[in-house]
Amino acid sequence: MRDLAFPHRHLLGIEGLTPAEINYLLDLSDRYVDVNRSAQKTSEALAGRTIVNLFFENSTRTRTSFELAAKRLGANVINMQVENSSVSKGETLIDTAVTLNAMHPDVLAVRHPDSGAVKLLADKVNCGVVNGGDGSHEHPTQALLDALTIRRRKGKLNGLLVAICGDVLHSRVARSNFLLLLTMGARVRIIAPRTLIPSAVDRLGVEVFTDMAAGLKDVDIVMMLRVQNERMRGSFIPSVREYFHFFGLDREKLAQAKPDALIMHPGPMNRGTEIDSDVADDVERSVIREQVELGVAVRMAVLEVLANNSMAQNAKGALGRTGT
Amino acid sequence: MSIAKPGRIAYINARVLDPASGYDGPGEVLTSGEEIVDVGRKLFDGKLPADVDVIDCDGMCLSPGLVDMRVQLREPGEEHKESLKSASEAAVASGVTTMVCLPNTNPIMDDEPTLEFVARRARLLALTKVYCYGAVTKGLQGKELAEMGLLAEAGALAFTDATRAIADAQVMRRALQYGATFGLMIVQHPEEPTLATGVMNAGEIATRMGLSGIPREAEIIMLERDIRLVAMTGGRYHAAHISTADSVEIIAKAKADGLKVTCDTAPFYFALNELAVRDYRTFAKLSPPLRADEDRQAIVEGLKSGVIDAIASDHAPQDSDSKRLPFPQAAFGGSGLETLLAVSLDLYHNEHMSLLDVMRRLTLAPAELLGLQAGSLAKGRKADLTIFNPEEGWKVIADNFISKSKNSPFDGRPVQGRVLRTVVDGRTVFNAMPAEAKHASAKAR
Repeated sequence: MRDLAFPHRHLLGIEGLTPAEINYLLDLSDRYVDVNRSAQKTSEALAGRTIVNLFFENSTRTRTSFELAAKRLGANVINMQVENSSVSKGETLIDTAVTLNAMHPDVLAVRHPDSGAVKLLADKVNCGVVNGGDGSHEHPTQALLDALTIRRRKGKLNGLLVAICGDVLHSRVARSNFLLLLTMGARVRIIAPRTLIPSAVDRLGVEVFTDMAAGLKDVDIVMMLRVQNERMRGSFIPSVREYFHFFGLDREKLAQAKPDALIMHPGPMNRGTEIDSDVADDVERSVIREQVELGVAVRMAVLEVLANNSMAQNAKGALGRTGT
Repeated sequence: MSIAKPGRIAYINARVLDPASGYDGPGEVLTSGEEIVDVGRKLFDGKLPADVDVIDCDGMCLSPGLVDMRVQLREPGEEHKESLKSASEAAVASGVTTMVCLPNTNPIMDDEPTLEFVARRARLLALTKVYCYGAVTKGLQGKELAEMGLLAEAGALAFTDATRAIADAQVMRRALQYGATFGLMIVQHPEEPTLATGVMNAGEIATRMGLSGIPREAEIIMLERDIRLVAMTGGRYHAAHISTADSVEIIAKAKADGLKVTCDTAPFYFALNELAVRDYRTFAKLSPPLRADEDRQAIVEGLKSGVIDAIASDHAPQDSDSKRLPFPQAAFGGSGLETLLAVSLDLYHNEHMSLLDVMRRLTLAPAELLGLQAGSLAKGRKADLTIFNPEEGWKVIADNFISKSKNSPFDGRPVQGRVLRTVVDGRTVFNAMPAEAKHASAKAR
């Protein structure tokens, strides 16, 4: 039977999820954190099931995290790293989806450089799809693992003041995070130079700051975003040096935040570009390594729920009933 | 191929809509051969001459055939998307008796042989009348002027770089100056390319979808710059498919200042807004992009006030391979020919404009802009006619389009207004009139 607490076939984004659904995934993830810290980490929850990691963009961390999550649940995992050149070979995204679908996977974890591409693929397959990051759109498992990290440390999400700093314009991590945090009742500030702030973003409910000191004032959480190098050479910001001076997180700027504010980063970090090593490695404040750890637990929870929903859906289909 | 010359034909029991005379009422039209010979409330007083064929319009609307001033032809070059034949068949089934095609074919229409090729192919098809724009610059590269004078002699009605803006201010200045030498109109795709690097309208929806935005200012800035150049050169300028509220204001001011400036828009921009791209619907990925609803409403107002002179289909056929892609990679453009009349009639059904005024923007207005003897039911004019039922409802199903491409942003939309018969040079080239009506007319004789 389909999981009534999370009845969706796919996890394509945070947009549209209810607080109850988000809490359900976080609670389930929490249990997997404990499993992952015990000696016996693997289970048979998804034994015999097939998870395909379909990555159209280079990724080590997210792909490894999905792979490990699937293996700990006893599933078979296939990693497909599809270079962008396959598009030039003539196979379209839809062709790839149809081909993979014929192999009857249970869940596809997909990353693609174009916004909306994961949805396009999800529309063409019978299995569950989890968005592992699409363009500048969403990266829902990252937002869930960030929320889990915060909830475990602060005991709640509601009422917290969170600052998201850096390249919000191009960041799927930022979008998924502020959508989730706002849904859960947190206040969100984004801090960036104007060139990296998406248009009309304030209409989505975030507060916009262009000054780090003002934006970090009294926040509970500081989330730093990675700045892509190719955006550093004069197109959006003049130079690494100038960016770090005004928007890099160092001790001085961090002093504006609450004394117990947590420092987060989705990785991989550009030390000395958006974050000072001294701050990133501060064991008292930085939860960056914990984020990586909890990422596996979150992906276990998501894969389990989607694989079960996928099985329920296809069983219904086999009985000739129409799915919903 | 020879086509029998039509004899004398009487169109009776019609609601005649003639934007040229301003007449909207019951009437009859008599054609002989290729021409209209008489129009009136009652031409025959019940006694039809024996040598006349009768077409009983059964109270349906009879207007001049539609003049579609912005159609992208894909022949020569991309016949898998659209051929002259498929576009012409789609056109006549949609009441379009004249279409004017952009020069972005392959080869590009920047020389006489390509223009002549299209003209000859259209003559052989003998469906809708086909005219072409010439390229403003060689290869549409925006650098060197094409042979505008010679192209005009070869039949180019006006000049444009099609879907590309003439971005270089010096080139635009010279195009306007040189065009003014021969009285030629320059048609601009008003969009500053350096600002238009995104894939949809900039704003909240784009931010939510994680798509790069094209700000409204891309259009506004280019229009403002161009208007300055028109004032400077005295050139004749036409802005194609305007899409923002500010654009309407800018054109209104330029007209008030006495500049030779006109513009058109497409049904996309008064019938849809940016919400149509939600769920990453690539069929609604257009250039210029669909805007916010305030802009859409301003376009409707611009049509009502007359600031926007004409409505064109902006027909941009794309095959499914160009559209079934992730949104950022998908091609721009929407199929427009087969929904031109019905979606434009929304303006009438929603009581924004009179039926006659809507028809004016689709017929006489574009004809006058381009210097065509069309869009009028005056005696002596070519008998290019459309008979349609403005009330008949139907649902747009793009898969049923005659056009080779099915990329309609209106797919699934309920519309009102059905073309029943299309006549070009006195000859019926499309007929969907009920057989009973024809029978009844025979008896009436």
